[in-house]
Amino acid sequence: MTAALETIGLHKRFGALIVANDIHFRLDAGARHALIGPNGAGKTTLVNLITGRIPPSAGRILLGGDDITALPQAVRVRRGLGRTFQINTLFRGLSVLENVCLAVGEHHGIGGDMLRSLAARRAVLEGGYALLERLRIADDALTPVRELPYGRQRLVEIAIALGLRPTVLLLDEPAAGVPSTEIAIILDVIEQLPDDIAVLIIEHDMELVFRFARRITVLVQGSVLIEGTPAEIAADARVREVYLGEGHHG
Amino acid sequence: MHPIDTLLARHRFRAIELLPWLIAVAVYFVFGDYLPLGSQILIMILFALSLDLVLGYAGIVTLGHSAFFGVGAYAAGIYAAHVSGEPLSGLVLAACAAAVVGWLSGLVVLRTTGLTLLMLTLAVTALLAEAANKAGFITGGADGLQGMDIRPIFGLFRFDLFGRTAYLYCLAVLFLAWLFARRLVHSSFGRSLIGIRENTARMHAIGSPVRRRLLTIYTISAALAGVAGALLAQTTQFVGLTVLGFQRSGEIVIMLVFGGIGRLYGAFVGAGIYMIAQDQLAKLEPAFWYFWIGLLLVLLVMFARGGVLGLIDRILRR
Ligand SMILES: Nc1ncnc2c1ncn2[C@@H]1O[C@H](COP(=O)(O)OP(=O)(O)O)[C@@H](O)[C@H]1O
Ligand SMILES: [Mg+2]
Repeated sequence: MTAALETIGLHKRFGALIVANDIHFRLDAGARHALIGPNGAGKTTLVNLITGRIPPSAGRILLGGDDITALPQAVRVRRGLGRTFQINTLFRGLSVLENVCLAVGEHHGIGGDMLRSLAARRAVLEGGYALLERLRIADDALTPVRELPYGRQRLVEIAIALGLRPTVLLLDEPAAGVPSTEIAIILDVIEQLPDDIAVLIIEHDMELVFRFARRITVLVQGSVLIEGTPAEIAADARVREVYLGEGHHG
Repeated sequence: MHPIDTLLARHRFRAIELLPWLIAVAVYFVFGDYLPLGSQILIMILFALSLDLVLGYAGIVTLGHSAFFGVGAYAAGIYAAHVSGEPLSGLVLAACAAAVVGWLSGLVVLRTTGLTLLMLTLAVTALLAEAANKAGFITGGADGLQGMDIRPIFGLFRFDLFGRTAYLYCLAVLFLAWLFARRLVHSSFGRSLIGIRENTARMHAIGSPVRRRLLTIYTISAALAGVAGALLAQTTQFVGLTVLGFQRSGEIVIMLVFGGIGRLYGAFVGAGIYMIAQDQLAKLEPAFWYFWIGLLLVLLVMFARGGVLGLIDRILRR
């Protein structure tokens, strides 16, 4: 079976620092995969490489079997690759609904439309609003994002990515800094994602990881230390040493 | 009201938007002696409006917008002096010439951001100004371009000595440009420009072809600035090197910031007040004018970031 997403020998260095070292990584359709590792291991960098935010020094990236290594970010997104950011990357001056609708509009292919009628806009707005309801932030639909508490901003971060209806979704620490009440919302939403979407989640909260993931990859200093089922990872001595042993937030 | 309807309603036409046009028409009937100044103001409003599209909406910080104003002015001027005095075809030609220059320079300039972008926009203007200076045989160089004979509009409306035709001509062109700009900023495309201004990284990450969108609005804006320049050339029947000067680039930014950027009407308020104040104060003591402008800018930056319109907004919301 073709992988939904695959990296082949992915390599990235910042000057002398190697942050991605020969990474072979694979997500199948419907995957529920967690990427863990201490801070600075290169997890965010891997997401940036996959989405094309930064170019790799070497290696290839395949999306649904097609080589996307040379494609610009926007084209990858239109082919079904969606992501969230570890650090909120939002349209702070715009309302929550407008934030999500920018994504929904691009997904509908009307983002560059100069003349389209209000009816097309209404369809986009309704799609966006439905997402807000799903993430239980519809109350704040018209609130400027910059006025929201941090936890709710994290929900907007996810809503934008979902507005793209991705087939491969990369979540970079979606629950970091989120109060426990809202973590439940995030978990619900992630668990209710359609089965055919491949999901990769970067997360430090081990409870969340073990509840969600069917496979786990451990990244240490830019290299894959081990990949396996949650049980295998929990039992692995090296993982305990480099990661779990240092406490959850390494 | 449902949030969706609230949002849609924000794009609907409001009665207050008629105000500038009522004032402009009233000026025609009440201040007949001031129509030449009136035409100048309308032209600067159009120029500021074109700048608002790139600076206010797309967040492209440029100090070189007079490049397109100047190209439009010279294109219309040379066309009128050497080819035909028909004004409307001159406007179209000016828009096209400015659009081409906008597109070409945008290809280079828009690859950069921040200070580099600012310097490059300045450089483009400086290059064009020097080219206009050197090409004296066609532009008139430092003496300016003269010998235009602008024919009546539609072959009917002759440009008169009192500037009546010129005023109405500028007003009609500005009105059409405003209709177009208004449609544009409320479209999905216009919203995506705001998205780019607010967070370029996220626009990339939601699949928006950012570079192409920026180039599109830069080209459109250049065309509108070119039309403004063409109106100046046609209504004054003269083009001097100052159309390409840094001073005009800087002044237009000041006008727009003063009125309020990214609001479509900041151009009207800013250019209107600035030009009238300049006319009145310069009569007293020209050198003093820049003192007042400087003071005003300091106050604006310290107390009213959104310009006059932003200030009004805040007062109304209290
Ligand atoms: N643009 C960059 N330039 C230089 N170094 C970077 C850059 N981005 C990340 N790094 C470095 O790469 C390493 C991996 O960072 P990151 O991918 O953010 O780790 P993680 O997400 O696993 O915490 C860190 O040491 C970080 O300082
Ligand atoms: Mg990270």
